[in-house]
Amino acid sequence: MLDNSRADQLNTVINVEGLWKQYRLGSINHGTLISDIQSWWARLRGKDDPNLRIDQIQKLQNPTPSAMLDTETDRCFWALRDVSFSVKEGTILGIIGRNGAGKSTLLKIMSRLTRPTLGQVRIRGRVSSLLEVGTGFHPELTGRENVYLNGAIHGMGKQEVTRKLDEIVAFAEIDKFIDTPVKRYSSGMYVRLAFAVAAHLDPEILIVDEVLAVGDIVFQKKCLGRMEAVRKAGRTVLFVSHQLNMVESICDEAIIIDKGCLVKRGTTSDIITEYMKSSCDNRLYKDNLLNIKNRRGNGKILLKSFHIEDTSGNKWDNIISGMDVVFVFGYECQFEENLDNVDIGMSFHSIIDNQALTILYASYVGKVFKIVNKNGFFRCMVKRFPFVEGKYKLRARLTVNGAEADFPLDGIVDIDVVCGDFFRSGSPGFGPGPYYLVDGEWAVE
Amino acid sequence: MGLLDEMVWFCLGQIIQAIWSELMNMKKRWINKSGNQYDSSLEQWTTIIRPESGWFDINLQELWCYRDLIYLFVKRDFVSIYKQTILGPLWYLIQPILTTLVFTIIFDKVAKLSTDGLPPVLFYLSGIIVWRYFADCLQKTSNTFVGNARIFGKVYFPRLTVPISVVISNLISFTIQLALFGCFWLFYSVQGAGLNLHLAAMLLPFLVLQMAALGLGCGIIISSLTTKYRDLAQLVGFGIQLWMYATPIVYPVSIIPEQWRWAMALNPMSATIEAFRYVFMGVGTINIAGLWASSLMTISILISGIILFSKVEHNFMDVV
Repeated sequence: MLDNSRADQLNTVINVEGLWKQYRLGSINHGTLISDIQSWWARLRGKDDPNLRIDQIQKLQNPTPSAMLDTETDRCFWALRDVSFSVKEGTILGIIGRNGAGKSTLLKIMSRLTRPTLGQVRIRGRVSSLLEVGTGFHPELTGRENVYLNGAIHGMGKQEVTRKLDEIVAFAEIDKFIDTPVKRYSSGMYVRLAFAVAAHLDPEILIVDEVLAVGDIVFQKKCLGRMEAVRKAGRTVLFVSHQLNMVESICDEAIIIDKGCLVKRGTTSDIITEYMKSSCDNRLYKDNLLNIKNRRGNGKILLKSFHIEDTSGNKWDNIISGMDVVFVFGYECQFEENLDNVDIGMSFHSIIDNQALTILYASYVGKVFKIVNKNGFFRCMVKRFPFVEGKYKLRARLTVNGAEADFPLDGIVDIDVVCGDFFRSGSPGFGPGPYYLVDGEWAVE
Repeated sequence: MGLLDEMVWFCLGQIIQAIWSELMNMKKRWINKSGNQYDSSLEQWTTIIRPESGWFDINLQELWCYRDLIYLFVKRDFVSIYKQTILGPLWYLIQPILTTLVFTIIFDKVAKLSTDGLPPVLFYLSGIIVWRYFADCLQKTSNTFVGNARIFGKVYFPRLTVPISVVISNLISFTIQLALFGCFWLFYSVQGAGLNLHLAAMLLPFLVLQMAALGLGCGIIISSLTTKYRDLAQLVGFGIQLWMYATPIVYPVSIIPEQWRWAMALNPMSATIEAFRYVFMGVGTINIAGLWASSLMTISILISGIILFSKVEHNFMDVV
């Protein structure tokens, strides 16, 4: 048992404990040099700051979390509130959250760009942080000189760079231009070289912020491949991105940060599901379909609202490919009579050329409805939603006894589909390009 | 006076305490290195990031690890300044020559200031070269934080590498200019100007070190303060010029009335310049007490500079 916990401790390479970070808003000093010096001198001797209000002093003297939060006034705010987590060696941890949630502040503290207000981070091993590629590149220097400089800025020694130079040049595909000043590079070459250096830093812990979003698709694939290699080498990576599909395909685990707090930690797919749920702001919820003017049909029954849910009834803003999703169409009858033989159909269209990709009527699966209420919902559950990531137009049409009752001609809504684990294997598949995902069983004989 | 005393003792106490704890840390590290591997790795974290602690919080060992970076910064500065210029490094020579020419015309021919019996060209050139090195160190390091805010905001490395590399890259131009001075010196010696190369010329590295430390110290103090108070940036260029006239560059100390000489001692640069002229050309006096005073001043400025700098570097990204 003891040995286990020892090994556990050994495995932990990052330990974040009760991290708080306060930023002051507006003016950052007391306004005059004199009162700054007064405050500083008082702090130095452990006396009270003559320029703070009494209540602020008391709160700073016993920094319990609730007291800390109370010090949040119009002058300052907490970018991080009591964040604690630890990372084991070889984990790739994704950090997701909305803009301004505190992700960047966390990374800045872990990359030692700024200090926390309270709490501590303990790290075992060399850290490289990639908050930007090509930091410190100088336009007048040649590619080779910049590789050395950039490497040294990230903590690589000269010999280490020399050893990796060939590899870096090959990765960046610029071998002919390595002795040309980088100001003569095309922007693509520049980014490739910058990224090549970044990709060949060989730290025990790598902190990456959004930077993978540079370069063309081929180069991005190459970078992802490099990340894979980093993972195989047992390195620890912290990865911040807004591109959930990238987080999904790279990370083992993820955490959500919201308003400075660590909300949840778990496996990547759980966390992404949670995040999508929590970040749903009903963008996709349509309750004013009756206002659509451009529609066709006799109007016996009309489409009134639309939204999508998961199987537990939570509303969603997007669909993850492979998830079980429910399409909910609200209706309203115009006449006080029961309707027989009502059919509803929905179709997905390509945004680019409006090509119908698939059409599904209730009657196709042997269902027609009898409507007795004035208002109600049609629900259609699609298991393992089979489209790849991208944007699709959804259209819907109602018929009564085979006669068109309602058909909004411009469609209902555009739906975003994000990359997910359709194949249940962790592979994102081919990526955007083909529309459909089909599951199959491969074998060799 | 009471407050001042208190401040001095308090600072001294803090410094001794900080040095002591640093020594203890080094000892601990050393023991860990030679001690039981398993145990030490269990306890030891390589990096601990905490809120600001103490205020002598610099890691000199880390600075040493980044020496390659200092070298590369020096190289970058040297290469990039003169790329795409026609005359290239020749500018290092043209600047002091032209300034000497102007000074000779204005201060020697027009104002007829004494040069202690030295050939005016040699007198002004020596002053200009030495002052230029100090002023460059000061001016270029005073921009450290604001000028590098973008790169400092993206990646961590010991921030002191930047001002240190500036001081070193200025040393290159200083050496080139010193060679120029050597040529003029030889020329005038052969002409029989009666120059005495003093044995104390061996002190040159010490003088240079002192100037570098003083420039660095003042520069990083200013750069630390400019993160909050931008007004100082306006003051630097102007202040350096005023300081030059307060230093015996265009005039010798000997023209200052005896009862005002003590005021010269308040300026740590004047003893240095005088010493430089004395050891190479044997005029004026070497003021040992003055040199001690200016060294002491330099050391205290450098230490307070480093303390201030390391305090600012931890949180300046939130301020700048």
